[in-house]
Amino acid sequence: MDSQLPRMLGVATAETLYMTSVAALLVILAGLPLGVLLVITDRGGLWERPALHRVLGALVNVGRSIPFIILMVAIVPLTRLLVGTTIGTTAAIVPLVVAAIPFMGRVVEQSLREVEHGLVEAAIAMGSTHRRVIFQVLIPEALPSLVRGTALMVISLLGYSAMAGAVGGGGLGDLAVKYGYMRFRTDVMVGCLAVLLVLVQFVQWLGDALASRFDPASARASR
Amino acid sequence: MIAFRGVSKVYTAGGREVAALRNVSLRVEAGEVHGVLGQSGAGKSTLIRCANLLERPSEGSVHVDGQDLLALSPEALRKARQGIGMIFQHFNLFPSKTVAANVAYPLEVAGFPRAQVRERVEELLSLVGLSDKALAHPAQLSGGQKQRVGIARALAPRPRVLLSDEATSALDPETARSVLELLRDINRRLGVTLLLITHQMDVVKAICDSVSVLERGRLVEQGKVTELLARPGTRLHALCFPPFASGAEAPTGRRVALTVAGESARRPLLATLARQFDVDALLVEGAVERVGAIRVGRLLFDLQGTADAVSQALTYLREQGLTPEEVPHG
Repeated sequence: MDSQLPRMLGVATAETLYMTSVAALLVILAGLPLGVLLVITDRGGLWERPALHRVLGALVNVGRSIPFIILMVAIVPLTRLLVGTTIGTTAAIVPLVVAAIPFMGRVVEQSLREVEHGLVEAAIAMGSTHRRVIFQVLIPEALPSLVRGTALMVISLLGYSAMAGAVGGGGLGDLAVKYGYMRFRTDVMVGCLAVLLVLVQFVQWLGDALASRFDPASARASR
Repeated sequence: MIAFRGVSKVYTAGGREVAALRNVSLRVEAGEVHGVLGQSGAGKSTLIRCANLLERPSEGSVHVDGQDLLALSPEALRKARQGIGMIFQHFNLFPSKTVAANVAYPLEVAGFPRAQVRERVEELLSLVGLSDKALAHPAQLSGGQKQRVGIARALAPRPRVLLSDEATSALDPETARSVLELLRDINRRLGVTLLLITHQMDVVKAICDSVSVLERGRLVEQGKVTELLARPGTRLHALCFPPFASGAEAPTGRRVALTVAGESARRPLLATLARQFDVDALLVEGAVERVGAIRVGRLLFDLQGTADAVSQALTYLREQGLTPEEVPHG
């Protein structure tokens, strides 16, 4: 055990948190509209646009099928364009976001599809605009499921961020590979894994807690 | 208030065309309770969903409150829908919203100011007897309470028309009756025109003024409930009064089946036969139904007496506007 370890872990954790949280925020901002579009443009949806639906679906599938490690390298030009560099924590955010948006889109789509169609129909029968159906009915009714899906997305971002770190992004993954693996520092490896474990557990716990907070059924049970 | 003219609806399912409605024409007058009766798959659901264009007819026109719905712009259609309430078999309340928020929803859609929304929500919850449940969530309510919230929500923006899609089918008979009474009461007190669909004859008997019978997408019968029930041979009559079961028993005279309704049900018919024609009527079977304020009865009896007297008695019944049916034995 050396005295450097806590400091190294602290820096790496801060980098991981920075990458993951900024990426998560951007992914939510893009993934939510994407998921909504996937639902409403589908056949029988609020805003049927079969061609657009097919294009979006195909794009999502392409994004989902490229392994992250390859995606990261493939979009280097985009990263350089956006961030000015391809190395470092901020640069790692670009591939993270690009990789997680399609995932988030599907998660949101799935959650919204779980909302009973009768509710949408009732809202339309009452003269609601599409905007109102989406924001006052679909999203609020899907909220517990959306929150759980978001937790899932953040946890996979943590995983991706370790990979991004290993190719120069910094963070816990970087530390674990460079010190824990390459320099045989078992203490560093264990420390990194421990922090990741705690982070994942925390995100999952937070997701579950928020989800039940928004779920009228479980809110009733605790009352 | 509601007029369907030549409405057809054709679905394409798996390359095949399925007609859910075929050339349906239907009028519901203002303030009336009209029931559409049919088996499942008859097209009732499609029909009622055409009344607010949740489904667009393939042909024909739908007028509600003087507006040709199919001619409206999307914006005007949304406006029109705010004047057409709808309640559903499975209630379709928003689970994440409280009872009060559910009732407030259509008011917000219609752009009521906030203070007015609160006032109107209270008024409606008291109308349906659920003032104490304002802050509950739908999951905490019984089926009957849920449907009452559904009714309050549908009535919130003061619609002139209420559509009911099998609103009592998911409820137990006792609760269904109280919900039907509430609907009848709302129709009388607020003058709301009610179009409902159901597969239950009991619902038609309990609250409908007029009825349409739908079979495989076609309207096969239409009219006032009391008139159709009083007329043997109509589908409604057959649904209300199943055939008598005592065919096998040997008759003790000329066996006659008779439907009496309204005025004729209030007179002592059988006693009159005995007094005026010296004919005894032996009651074999019978059923009496209350439909709104009137009674409709279906009786099977044997007329005992001389052939002449019995013929005279039957003539007398016909003169009274009744249609005695002789039931051949065997």
